[in-house]
Amino acid sequence: MEFAELIKTPRVDGVVLHRPFMPTVEGTLCLTGHHLILSSRQDNTEELWLLHANIDSIEKRFVGSLGTIIVKCKDLRVIQLDIPGMEECLNIASSIEALSTLDSVSLMYPFFYRPLFEVIEDGWQLFVPEEAFKDLESMTDEWRLSEVNKDFSVCPSYPSLLTVPKDIDDESLCKAASFRHGGRFPVLSYYHKKNGMVMMRAAQPLTGTNGRRCKEDEKLINATLCAGKRGYIIDTRTIAVAQQAKARGGGFEQEANYAQWRRIHKAIERSNVLQEGLIKLVEACNDQSHSMDRWLSKLEASNWQSNVKEILTTACLAAQCIDREGASVLVHGTEGTDSTLQVTSLAQIILDPACRTIRGFEALIEREWLQAGHPFQQRCAQSAYSNGKPRSEAPVFLLFLDCVWQILRQFPCSFQFNENFLIMLFEHAYASQFGTFLGNSVAERLKLLLSQKTVSLWSWVNRPQELERFLNPLYEPNNLVIWPSVAPQSLLLWEVPLQMHEMPKEHMDCEISMC
Amino acid sequence: MSKYVVEQVKLLDRFSNKSVTGTLHLTATHLIFVESNSTSAQEIWILHHHIASVEKLSLKTNGCPLLIQCRNFRLVHFVIPRERDCHDIYSSLLRLLRPVSYDELYAFSYNPKQNDQQREEGWQLIDLAAEFERMGVPCDQWQLTDVNREYKVCKTYPRDLYVPIMASKPIIVGSSKFRSKGRFPVLTYFYQEKKAAVCRCSQPLSGFSARCLEDEHMLQAISKANHNSRYIYVMDTRPKLNALANRAAGKGYENEDNYSNIRFQFVGIENIHVMRGSLQKLLEVVGTRSLSMTDYLVGLENSGWLRHIKAIMDAAIFLAKAVTVEGASVLVHCSDGWDRTAQVCALGSLLMDPYYRTIKGFMVLIEKDWISFGHKFADRCDQLDPDPKEVSPIFTQFLECVWQLTEQFPQAFEFSEWFLIQIHEHVHSCQFGNFLGNSQRQREDLQLKERTYSLWAHLLSEKQNYLNPVYSPSFAESHPVLEPSTQAYHFKFWRNMYHQYDRSMHPRQSILKHVLTLKDSNRELEGTVQALKTKLQKFSVSTSPLKPQTPPRERSLPPRPQSLILGAPLLSRKEVQQEEDEEVFGEEAMEDAPAITGGERTVEGSSATENGYGELMGSFGSKNEPGAVTLEFGVARMTC
Repeated sequence: MEFAELIKTPRVDGVVLHRPFMPTVEGTLCLTGHHLILSSRQDNTEELWLLHANIDSIEKRFVGSLGTIIVKCKDLRVIQLDIPGMEECLNIASSIEALSTLDSVSLMYPFFYRPLFEVIEDGWQLFVPEEAFKDLESMTDEWRLSEVNKDFSVCPSYPSLLTVPKDIDDESLCKAASFRHGGRFPVLSYYHKKNGMVMMRAAQPLTGTNGRRCKEDEKLINATLCAGKRGYIIDTRTIAVAQQAKARGGGFEQEANYAQWRRIHKAIERSNVLQEGLIKLVEACNDQSHSMDRWLSKLEASNWQSNVKEILTTACLAAQCIDREGASVLVHGTEGTDSTLQVTSLAQIILDPACRTIRGFEALIEREWLQAGHPFQQRCAQSAYSNGKPRSEAPVFLLFLDCVWQILRQFPCSFQFNENFLIMLFEHAYASQFGTFLGNSVAERLKLLLSQKTVSLWSWVNRPQELERFLNPLYEPNNLVIWPSVAPQSLLLWEVPLQMHEMPKEHMDCEISMC
Repeated sequence: MSKYVVEQVKLLDRFSNKSVTGTLHLTATHLIFVESNSTSAQEIWILHHHIASVEKLSLKTNGCPLLIQCRNFRLVHFVIPRERDCHDIYSSLLRLLRPVSYDELYAFSYNPKQNDQQREEGWQLIDLAAEFERMGVPCDQWQLTDVNREYKVCKTYPRDLYVPIMASKPIIVGSSKFRSKGRFPVLTYFYQEKKAAVCRCSQPLSGFSARCLEDEHMLQAISKANHNSRYIYVMDTRPKLNALANRAAGKGYENEDNYSNIRFQFVGIENIHVMRGSLQKLLEVVGTRSLSMTDYLVGLENSGWLRHIKAIMDAAIFLAKAVTVEGASVLVHCSDGWDRTAQVCALGSLLMDPYYRTIKGFMVLIEKDWISFGHKFADRCDQLDPDPKEVSPIFTQFLECVWQLTEQFPQAFEFSEWFLIQIHEHVHSCQFGNFLGNSQRQREDLQLKERTYSLWAHLLSEKQNYLNPVYSPSFAESHPVLEPSTQAYHFKFWRNMYHQYDRSMHPRQSILKHVLTLKDSNRELEGTVQALKTKLQKFSVSTSPLKPQTPPRERSLPPRPQSLILGAPLLSRKEVQQEEDEEVFGEEAMEDAPAITGGERTVEGSSATENGYGELMGSFGSKNEPGAVTLEFGVARMTC
């Protein structure tokens, strides 16, 4: 397919761009296969380059022959284009609509993007499981790297290499996989060097209504316990939701079969509920006419802050079990690809100072999100403004970043990166010139040949020129476990991604770096 | 009164099951708790004047609980082993926290070891005549009147008042007779650029139809004094319903038909009783243990607190716009003109004039619009055995509005929120004379300037502690008038005020403290550079034409306030090195401990259980004793 077929009018002059908190720009609008470009064609003036993939929805309005297109982006920005001429406006609108809703991954911009910088350190090779395992080996010999999922047949959403207890053979792993939703059998997520305790993650066990059990699964997780020690299973669902899951073949670990484990249920919302919350929250933020009471009640109704609190609380609980109780932990929800990953990754930020550095945080996202099979493409296909029928979109990753921001606010000197870094990740998860967040699993990414055909986000971010923007001037490394407060009074609304300000923090940061 | 000591007292944390044991000392001025744990030994000093209420709860197995609520939002929960001790403390406190005469207030016994001259100088720091001069008053349109020199026209106004040139004494006196408590229209702020005035007064005694020619002349005179505008705004800061109700009592509001060229406007700020109830509700909500997000947000909404804060801000913005944009003069009043009027005039002036956003200027502003114009601090802040119906957080709301502005304009203020909180602390402490009494006249009768010390001198002496590190004077130049957003979502809960003493609520590391530290060490290093340059020159090595500078006297960092917001004071560099690579568990940052010489930078983390992630109780095998502090309480110190 040729993009040119979709572009009815490639160029319009005299277009006026309105953006919040910024002066208007008049210039020429150009449409290319992947970008909407607005340029004033003057030196020293900024050009707007907007990826079509970033466009969530558009609205058209006409006053006489002056058309207006309001472009609402997946990263929650809203811009307005005033386009002279009704026909031009209609053409531009329909072209944008077509170009922003292309379904084929291989037509996405990352496959066409050629970097203007030299790739010195290839991000695709930065975080390979073998390297992570080497680190682990230096601390313990209790674990091995299994190739059981080499061809992704045991678990399509897992990577090919998985860290499992040394004493469990591949055959047992296969049996355990058949007992877990989507084949996601328990694997190592984090090893706590301080006391040798571990955090594992999985999907729900398929106990069903008749209480099926799987000796291999039991053996697998028991193998992670020291003699005489007990562990905790953190089920991210309420007991009621977990009970209901039985009817659909799912379920939870029965005490009788997992006597060495204590199960704790938490109440992290399912992803479709999170999406509704985001839509409500964005609506509330965009309505400028709210009275104080109406704003607070809408904020409450969106449940956004409740979700943040619940996710953080659960992560703190997991970290507490490991660090304070000296117990190993298994975390799962239903599929093990959403709330599970929020919890395991946040717990590591709390426990492991390495995750609070830029490299460490990148490695965490690579390990606990990309390789662990969070379905980025499905979750980030649409955002809060989409008119399309919701499929499996959900701001799972955004909520994770929000929680990281909350911890960052409470420990402003403990992170090597700043808020801009989190915002950048949010934006690139939804639309990017880089291939990193394409696909839903390692298997899909391999099939798409992303590492050959696209550039990794990390190749770009880790260049010294770029890194500068993301460094926290107040950073002072410390080796401590950092316990955030989860009291509602301590949690703030993360305003920057909601476009409520013109990045005031950046202002603060540069002030600080000067003093 | 002799000192009273009780040992083995437990102090319970408000939001967790944590407790520490220590000794309780009751002195003539303070209730002091000293933790027995020798390593951290935190001390809590509670001034009797800060105590709002003491409650003795029913006897429990481990002792007798005593709940003390303070006006600075501290809430302490003691458990005293013997009921008799508890009762003694309880009844002593009841006696102590209800002083019946001014002489019993702390200010009259507080002695910071200054001589009379120093004290006098302290009181002379803020000079309101100089402030009016700074605004450009007196001038061709505004004059100083001596009509209230003897407090004969209005007992609650200051002696020196500024009125329009055209307002003759008969007009003033006539007008004052037509205004509640004689509080006739006077100047409080003059916007030189447009010659527009902000005036304040109380409500007119208009009833349903009464009018007063002198009062009408008075408003006309204010209007005539400003050639830039043909009309003046009259802002009645009350909700219309309240103003209407007042008419039945022979009071009310200006009838536009009787006054030429006025634009009358209701603003809708609620009265002191609504505000008192609102704060009460807010504190109940945020004082709840294991508060859910839903209950918090619903509670915040139901308390109405932020709605009231926004209403005050909206009014101030209206005032600032009328003056700076339209160039119109504005007359502000409410009922008596000492609560809502003070809030709106002070906040409006702060929006218009960058001077009021400096440390000194903010003191001047409070001195002018609050102290001199007779905000009833004694009644509102519950200083003497009070009428509970008169107590109201009006001044607290003003401080909060300023805080909301500092959040929106982080570079616009010379001071940090710690300054606001410290002022709030002392409005209730009765340690300094400034806020005692209800009016200037009363303060003169009490001879405060001779018998007490000024807070302003004290605060200025530790100015370093209150500086905002990102303050930019050039921002003030480019933004002389602040135009805050009134979007509801820009108004936030002021955690550091209402949870000042609740350690577990705070960020564990403070940006403010950190940046102040950086600035300090920067200054120190610059000093060293200068000193070295001087030395070089002494040895005639230097080739650059540098002037020799005096080396800094000492290399120590200035003392930090013992604040939870700022965290523990800093350790000097040498000590840090000694402590290197040493992780100490089982301690937290010291709170309120006086005269700490060697605190250290701490990650003020609290234990996981304290944060209420919960659900681990009854965990098998490891049933800890509740008092096993080490595990539950472990907070590592950060070494650097």
